[in-house]
Amino acid sequence: MPTETPLVEMKLDSETRPAVIDLLYRMADDGLIIGHRNSEWTGIGPIMEEDIAFSSVAQDKMGHALAFYNLLHEMGEPDPDQIVFCRSAAQYRCCSLVVLENFTPDAPALGPDLSNNPTRDRLVAHGDWALSLVRQFFFSEADAVRMAALAESSYAPIANIARKIRGEIKYHTMHGRGMMKHMGAASDDTRGRIQMEIDRLWPHALGIFEPTKYDKVLAAAAVTPVEEELCRRWRGDVEPLLESAGFSIPLNAKPCHGGRSGKHPPEMVSLLADLQKVARLDPGAKW
Amino acid sequence: MTATDVKSSPLDRVWKALESVTDPEIPVLTVVELGIIPDARIENGRVTVEMCPTFAGCPALDVMRNDIRTAVENAGFDDVKVEIVFDPPWTSDRISDEGLRKLKAFGLAPPVKCGGSVTEAMLQRVPCPYCDSGDTTLESIFGPTLCRAIHYCNSCLQSFEQFKPV
Ligand SMILES: [Zn+2]
Repeated sequence: MPTETPLVEMKLDSETRPAVIDLLYRMADDGLIIGHRNSEWTGIGPIMEEDIAFSSVAQDKMGHALAFYNLLHEMGEPDPDQIVFCRSAAQYRCCSLVVLENFTPDAPALGPDLSNNPTRDRLVAHGDWALSLVRQFFFSEADAVRMAALAESSYAPIANIARKIRGEIKYHTMHGRGMMKHMGAASDDTRGRIQMEIDRLWPHALGIFEPTKYDKVLAAAAVTPVEEELCRRWRGDVEPLLESAGFSIPLNAKPCHGGRSGKHPPEMVSLLADLQKVARLDPGAKW
Repeated sequence: MTATDVKSSPLDRVWKALESVTDPEIPVLTVVELGIIPDARIENGRVTVEMCPTFAGCPALDVMRNDIRTAVENAGFDDVKVEIVFDPPWTSDRISDEGLRKLKAFGLAPPVKCGGSVTEAMLQRVPCPYCDSGDTTLESIFGPTLCRAIHYCNSCLQSFEQFKPV
């Protein structure tokens, strides 16, 4: 089996090391958090095929996140459980797109009730599938662009993981592209809802590629192209896909930044409360 | 190994042990047939088994990792390390011919060779593992486990699962 080896095997130094660690946290946190959000649909997806699709994509992304967290651990960072369960919102490096709840902003909150799973009940009553679908489409396209670039990375441990998980992400983009095409050919109501989410999520999608102070170092060391370049490639893929499905591209959108430096939408706090609940109730519990 | 090796070497015993470990989700398939063991070696008494993950999020990986360690230990080795590697990247092309045959006998349509890059065309008209008809329809690219897609056979009127090309 032919395996391409990076031309220059890169060794980390005091400048590139923190840059690579930051990049790994960004990718791992994106995967974990979108995995968490997508898994909220497990068991209650609008149709069975989509329930399975979202659950599978969520599981894949958790796996990808784990591969990056494991690499971080090998580089001297805490172990994956500690990284995930013991960090505060401000220590996470994910973009805002993955953090948003699976609701439109005007969805009512559920009042206090006797249910033991209010998050799920609220999702059943007010969940916005269109949002989740458009988010998944935007994210998978970005994931594919990033992993294609990283497959050529000078830093071999990252290049190896990227080469492996590209094949899995292919299924995510296949799903997203297929669904966008279907939605574009559906009723006015469906098309309207999807267009509304495209407009609403576009600034967050651009925010996936928020530049960081490490961009130049990473690009100079050929670890990864700068975020601006990845965004250009993403738009080159996504815009024609949307247009051919009959959707329009938002103009003059201002990218939603902050996530890469730990500034998240408020729902990040409740997401972590959910995600870290058991670990906080019983620190060090094994299950 | 050459044909003149009469007694089995320690490394042979390691591989023999590996051939007894199966995938918990597809119990007919050994980890060797699945192609997830790119290398095994013995250095200074320590056995290192390299394992490349199938789907990174597959929960069976931990089970297989533990089963591998136990099997090699039971073959008489005290110091066994199972190392997760991403180089070579696992693709379904690594499943052996015998493995592909066993998949079909198990009722799972085997993956076509995809060079690590699946296309939609590769998932269309997948031969039915029950009746071999090519008149089948892709129902879902996601299935009950990460490695399976769901198809429907228009000839024998049954749905079937396929081990996904990846
Ligand atoms: Zn059939």
